[in-house]
Formats: sequence, C-alpha cells, structure tokens
Amino acid sequence: MCSSPCSQTPTLRSPTVPPERGAQAAVRVEDLERHFGNFVAVDRISFEVAPGEIFGFLGPNGSGKSTTIRILTGLLLPTGGRGWVAGHDIWTENPAIKRVIGYMSQRFSLYEDLTVGQNLDFYGGIYGVPKSLQAERKRWALGMAGLTGREGHLTRDLAAGWRQRLALASAVLHEPRILFLDEPTSGVDPISRRAFWDLIHAMARKGVTVFVTTHYMDEAEYCQRLALLHQGRIAALGTPDELRRTRLDTRLLEVTVDRPVEALDRLGREPGVREVALFGTTLHASVTDAAAAVPRVRAALEGAGLRVERIEAIAPTLEDVFVSLIESESTNRAPRVEA
Amino acid sequence: MRPARLRAVIRKEVIQIRRDPWSLGMAFAIPMLLLLLFGWVLTLDVNNLETVVYDQDRSQRSRDLLERFEASHYFHVRTRALGWGEVERALDSGRAQVGLVIPRNFARDLERGLVVPIQAMVDGSDSNTATIALAYIETITARYSAQVALQIAGSSGPPPAAVDARLRVWFNPDLESKDFVVPGLVAVIMTVIGGLLSSLTLAREWERGTMEQLIATPIRVSELIVGKLAPYVGIGMLDVLLAVAGGTLIFGVPLRGSFWLLLGFSLLFLLGAVGLGLLISARSRTQLMASQLAMVATLLPSFMLSGFASPIENMPQALQIVSYAVPARYFVTALKGIFLKGIGLRMLWPEALFLAGFAAVVIALTMQAFHKRLD
Repeated sequence: MCSSPCSQTPTLRSPTVPPERGAQAAVRVEDLERHFGNFVAVDRISFEVAPGEIFGFLGPNGSGKSTTIRILTGLLLPTGGRGWVAGHDIWTENPAIKRVIGYMSQRFSLYEDLTVGQNLDFYGGIYGVPKSLQAERKRWALGMAGLTGREGHLTRDLAAGWRQRLALASAVLHEPRILFLDEPTSGVDPISRRAFWDLIHAMARKGVTVFVTTHYMDEAEYCQRLALLHQGRIAALGTPDELRRTRLDTRLLEVTVDRPVEALDRLGREPGVREVALFGTTLHASVTDAAAAVPRVRAALEGAGLRVERIEAIAPTLEDVFVSLIESESTNRAPRVEA
Repeated sequence: MRPARLRAVIRKEVIQIRRDPWSLGMAFAIPMLLLLLFGWVLTLDVNNLETVVYDQDRSQRSRDLLERFEASHYFHVRTRALGWGEVERALDSGRAQVGLVIPRNFARDLERGLVVPIQAMVDGSDSNTATIALAYIETITARYSAQVALQIAGSSGPPPAAVDARLRVWFNPDLESKDFVVPGLVAVIMTVIGGLLSSLTLAREWERGTMEQLIATPIRVSELIVGKLAPYVGIGMLDVLLAVAGGTLIFGVPLRGSFWLLLGFSLLFLLGAVGLGLLISARSRTQLMASQLAMVATLLPSFMLSGFASPIENMPQALQIVSYAVPARYFVTALKGIFLKGIGLRMLWPEALFLAGFAAVVIALTMQAFHKRLD
C-alpha cells in the first residue's frame, strides 16, 4: 500500500509552472495535515500554486477542501506540515497573510442587515483602503458585482447570485494578491455561476492568484490547474487536459441500454472492462482497447438479455477521471465510511 | 489600533442596533419599564392604612390620642366602632387593616399614673405592611405617653428623669424608600444593558457566519472588541441620562451631588459591565448560551448582592464576602452617595478605583479570550 497517494500519481505540472519556485509560489504546502479528534480532515498534502494561476480544489463534501482553505487563510492552525501564502509562513505570519489575501467563505457571510453600500464601506474600512481611494474602489466594486444603483438595498433582499458577487466584491476591495474562494457558487443558478466565473477570470488576468474549491465538475474545467481531493488526500494534480489524458490511458465507452443497473452489474464482471460507472441513464465503461471492446461489450450485454441502444467511444470528462481515481483507490484500501 | 478600522466597526454596530427593533427595545424600552415598574412596586412606604377605632372611653384624652394617629398620614381612621363585633368584622372583611381599642377608664387611669394598655390589632396577612404599621403605632403611642407623663409630672411635682431621644434621620429624612430604591435601580438597569445586550453581539456573528469573514481580514482583536464596546457603552450612557431624568422628575429623588461625577461613575461601571458581556460573548458560540450566561453572571449578582434590594450587612457572612467581587455593589454605594448624601470623590475614590480596575481586567481578559480562529 502506498503511504502517499501523490507518489502513485505521475508528476503533473502545468507547462506554465516552473518546477522549482521556492518562496516565489503564491501558495506552497508541504505535508500539511489537520486532525479533528480522530478524524483526519487533511492527510499530509503537498502542492504549489503559481502567481496568477486559477487553482481548483475539486472534491466531494468532507474531502478536506474547506479545511485546507481555512488553514491557508489563517482561520485554522494545521496539526502538522508546513505552508506559505505569498511567502509568509502559515504558522507564524498570520497577520501578514491576512493583509494580502481576500477570502470568501462557503456560507454567505456579509451582514444581511446592512445595505450593499454599508457592507462595502465596512470592509473597505476593515481592509484599510485609503480614504482617497475608497469612493473609487466602492464604485468599481458595485460595477463589478452589477449592483450599481442598488447601493441602498438591504443585503438580505438580494438574490443568491447578487449576494455572491457582492461577497466577492467585498473580498477584493483591497486588491489582494491571492483570492481564496470556498465553494463560491454553491446554491447559485447556472447563469449567475457563469457570470461569477467571468469575474474570476477577469481577476486572474489582472495577476490575482485565485484558489477556488468546488464540487461542480463542470466548474473544474474553468481552472488552470486542479487538485482532486478524496478523503483528505490529493488523488491527482494537473491541468484538466493532463488529468484527462494521463489518468485515463484508457478509452471510455458510453453505453446506452434499457436496464442500466443490471448492465452495470454485468459489465463489472466482464474481462477487459476496467471500471464501469452509472452516468444518469447511461453507463461509462473504461476499457483498454475501444475497437476490440465494443463488440465484446455488446455481446455480453445482449447475452444477458439486455437491449443495447448505442455504444460509443467518448473523451473522458473530469467526472470520469474522478470516479476512476476513487474506484482504483478504494480497491487498494479498505472501504472507509465517508464523513 | 487603526482609527479607520475602529470607526468602521463602531459604525457597523450602530447601524445594526438601529435597524434591529429587538436591540432598540432592549436598549431603551426595557430600562424605562424597569425603572417605572420597580420605582413604584418597590416603594416600601405605608400610607393611609384603613383603621377602625373602638373608643370605649370617649374622653378628652382618648380623642387626643386618636387625633395623633390621624395627624400622621400613616393611618386613616375611617370607622368608629361601637362594639367588639364591629372591629372584628371590619378586620375580617378587609375594610380595615388596623384596629385600635381604647379601654374604659383610659383617661382616669392615666391621671392616676397607671400604665394603661391600649389594644392594637393589625392584619398580618401582609407581614411587611404589618411590621411597618406596628412600628408606627409604637412610635405614636410612645411619644404620646412621654408627653402625658411630662404633663402629669409637671402639674404635680418634679419631672420624671426620662431620656428624651430625638431621632434625626440623615440623607433620607422622610425615610422614603424610593429615594434609595431608584439609585440602586440605575445600577441594575446598567447591568442589564451592559451585560445582556453586549453578550449577544459576538455570539451573533458566530451564529450567523459573519465572524468567519471578519476574522479572515487584518482586523485586530483590540479593534473589534473596542469597536463593539463603544456603542454599547454609549447606549448605556444614554440610559443613565434617561434613568436620572426619570428618577428625579417622576419619582422626585433628590440629586444632591455632582451630576458629572455621577456620569463618570456610570462610565466606569459600564466599561466593566459591557466588557463582561463581551467576555461571555467571546466564549459562547450561540446567542442563547450567551444570554443565559449573562443572566447568571450579571443580572443576578447585581440584583441580589449589590445592596440594592436588601442591605449587605444583613446577608450571611459568605455572601457578604462574595459581594465584594460584585461591581454593582460599588456602583450602588457610589450612586446612593452621590444622589442622597451629595458626597464626592474624596469619599468615593475606593469605589472608583475598584470599578476602573474591574473594567481594565475584564476588557483585558476579553481580548485574551477572543481568538481570530475557528477552533
């Protein structure tokens, strides 16, 4: 059994990231761990985030995303390991870190009983935006959040999408170098999510490092680099393309069949099929050789009395990567109850 | 501490308080209600007790005695009974709370220099009133008998060597209980405002999740604590003004000492009381827990152990010792001193010193207790 899941993953680095950056990295973490009693929320993870990068933490609830982000923002102390944010040590240089970062917590956490303008004034004051700049920054923030003219609205009356954008605007009033966003788009409609990601990209173009967690697979595609988190460990790390290519050296078949649950069971026992998973009403089966596998799969299913509508070779999505990683890991390890 | 950050916190708190009817009610309506309610209810004086009289003697002397009862505003002689039965019925029915019976030959026996008993019956179902009524009766009859003794002695021989005790009550010459209830009430009200209201403020931010955002900013603990302290101390000072105005204008309590000294003491006391509320809040994650703790830690001791409701000297030894740690005790002493005695800092400096020390320690502890972390 491998003690560190990272070592079994091929080293994947985006070509834009030079291998040795030392203190130059926006975020650098070595063997970071955090326990809550007996529960290991973060299990000795290591990674680096380059300046100006959009770095995503992808994983299900309880995989350690929020805990990691809270350690990096100084809200939690780690149990072990080392870490630097903008070159400042997370153990000892907490105040310095807080000056150069912006943070948006998972739960909406602006003051609902304050107006839009009052929230911005408050955070402008707290972040010490110089008086001469305050009016300008506020105008900019309102424009960015699409809330120009709504300054006097009570925050509690805003729809979820507006709230998220206001929260983002409040978190960047002081023009932070690194932005930490913890599931910024949960509970937000798809159009607002899209608008929100446009803002994140705009921020990154201006040189801001964005560290974002999400459990939406489609959002992960917007990130320049990704870490897939599972049970407190990094299961894979790389650009979305790299993850798709390297992890799945295999081909993927999408199988449309009349009784998918039975088909799942049948294909799981078929030699030549490495993994199989249910995707809505279809099945994704990873195989070593697609051309050879198609007739075999069809024969196996029809032999079991199922009606096969379609079998097609497709490019794997990040979700496929994720499922495949987790499945291969759980066969290596004794099953654990998901927290 | 950076003034800009401090200002931002204070402004935010004020906006939130102003927008929350609950906070406003707690801040202003409840103190006024407490003042009016307790000011009236806790008035311990007894006036115009309905009195039934059965004068069996009907002499000049007996009328003389009864007149003294009437002349004091404590007794209101309404019924003149003609027999025992009538006295009993008046007391039984509650029409009268006091019955006085003057025996036959009252005047004659007095002239002879005998000790003449008169009978007084008091409705004891309200023991407090009864005790006070008995004390009044004793005082009136004692004065009367002294005078009679003097008269008789003066007409036939040398005056008896009686000690003529002339009592003079200082500071509250009429022994009006509201005069010492109201200054104490100011202390209790300040504790309610300081303790309860402020105990909610940090806990509320934890509960609503706004604290997580706040502690991810460069804000310093001192800026947050002082920024939360200031608005509630400000509210407390407004309440002091209201309570002093209410106490002097509505209840007619005299303010003999310096108004500014009163404000100074209030400020010192409020810093400690609000600080204690914040300390509790810093250690609680929910508003419910914070308010319960604040109740126990501030309201109860200030009510029971401050000397507001009952004199500290009458408490058991152990409680007396505990009361030394209750800041309200020192504040009540200072308030009574300023209101009723008109004394100044020359007498009250130990109280001022304790209150200042308490505030400093509590605020320092609060800053120690609050961490900019989630665990």
